[in-house]
Amino acid sequence: MERIPILQMGDYLLVTIQVDMHDQLALTLQDDLSERISKMSARGVLIDISALDMVDSFIGRMIGMISGLSRIMDAETVLVGMQPAVAITLVELGMTLPGVSTALNVERGMALLRERAHVQ
Amino acid sequence: MAVLQQQTVDLLKTSEKELAARWITDLEASGSTRNLKADEIKQQTTEFLRLLTSVLSEGGAQTIMAAEWEEVRQFLEKLSHQRALAGQDSQQTAGFIFSLKGPLFAFLQTEYADQPVVLAEQLWELSQLLDALGMHTIRTYQKSREAVIKRQQEELLELSTPVVKLWDGVLALPMIGTLDSQRTQVVMESLLQRIVDTGSEIAIIDITGVPTVDTLVAQHLLKTVTAIRLMGADCIISGVRPQIAQTIVHLGLDLQGVVTKANLADALALALRRLGLTVAKAAV
Repeated sequence: MERIPILQMGDYLLVTIQVDMHDQLALTLQDDLSERISKMSARGVLIDISALDMVDSFIGRMIGMISGLSRIMDAETVLVGMQPAVAITLVELGMTLPGVSTALNVERGMALLRERAHVQ
Repeated sequence: MAVLQQQTVDLLKTSEKELAARWITDLEASGSTRNLKADEIKQQTTEFLRLLTSVLSEGGAQTIMAAEWEEVRQFLEKLSHQRALAGQDSQQTAGFIFSLKGPLFAFLQTEYADQPVVLAEQLWELSQLLDALGMHTIRTYQKSREAVIKRQQEELLELSTPVVKLWDGVLALPMIGTLDSQRTQVVMESLLQRIVDTGSEIAIIDITGVPTVDTLVAQHLLKTVTAIRLMGADCIISGVRPQIAQTIVHLGLDLQGVVTKANLADALALALRRLGLTVAKAAV
C-alpha cells in the first residue's frame, strides 16, 4: 500500500509529501505519524508540503489535525513550503489553521524547531 | 411582411454611384466624417452599397442575422471596430448607416411618385432594414469599446500592484486605490508568488493610498494576512491613517493577530529588528 515516508533526523521527524494527497493516504499518514512520535518521543515534526499544489477541504483539515495531534503528543510541528495557490485556497475555504506554525522552507522550519526546543 | 420590389432593387443598382455621392455629402453635413480620410469614406460607402445591392438582388433574407447577410455584417463589424479604436463616438458610427436614409428615400420618392401605396411600403421595408443594420453597427461598436475598457482595466490592475523589495528578506506592497475582491486576488497572488521567489520572511502591506477601509476591505486584508502566514512569512500592515484607525474601531473590526504600524518607516524598522539587523549612523 502507498505510504508517505517519515524520516528521522535526530530528535525530529521529517515528513515530505511529494505525491497528490488523497483521503486514504492522509488518514494513513496520521496513524503512522502518531505511532512514530510516541515510539521515539520526537521533539519536533516538520511537514514539507512544497510539492503539494492542490488541496481540498478534507486535506486541509487533515493537515490541521496532523499538526494538532503532534502538538498534543508534545512535539512541536512546523508546516513548511506551502504554495501560494494552496494558501489562497485554504483561506478561501475558511481554513486558517490557527495554532499551526509555518515557515517558508525546510531550512527555516528546522531553525524554528531548534529554537523552540531550546526554549523548552 | 412585405418584400422589396424588384424595381427598388434595380433602382438601387442603377443609381449606386449617385447614391454614394449624395450619401457622402450627407455624411459630411452631419459631421460623421470628422477625423476620417475622404478616400476612406468613399471606399467604405461604395463597398457597403455594393454589398447591400448584391444581397438584395439575390432576394436577401428578411432578418439581417441570416447567412446571406454575413458579408454585410462582417463589413459593418470591421467598420465599427475601426471607428471604436479611432475614438469616434457612437453617434458618428451609427450615423454612417442612418445617413443613407435621406438620399435613398429621395430616390424612391422620384421613382414611385405616382404610386404612394407602394412607396410607403418600400420606404418601410428599407427603413426597417437600415435600422437593423444600424443597430448591428452600434452593438459591435459597443462591444469593441467594452473590449478596450476591459483591457485597460486589466492593465491598470497589473500596474497598480507592484511588489517592492525593501531589504533582503523584506517585501513591501504599496496599495493605491480602492480594494475590491478582484484586486485583492491579484495582489494576494503576486505578493505570495514574490514571497516564494525571493524567500522573504516579512511582507509589509502599505495602505496609505487606500481611501477608505470598510468591513469588506478589512476582510480582504485579513485574508491576505492569513495566506501570508500560512506560507510561513510574517505580515505587517502599515500606513494606518488616523481616520482609518477611527473607522476600524467604530466598525468594531477585529484586526487581532495582525501587526499594524502608522507608517512604512515604522514597519521597516520593526522588520529589520525582527531580522536582527540594526541601522546605525556611520562614525565620522
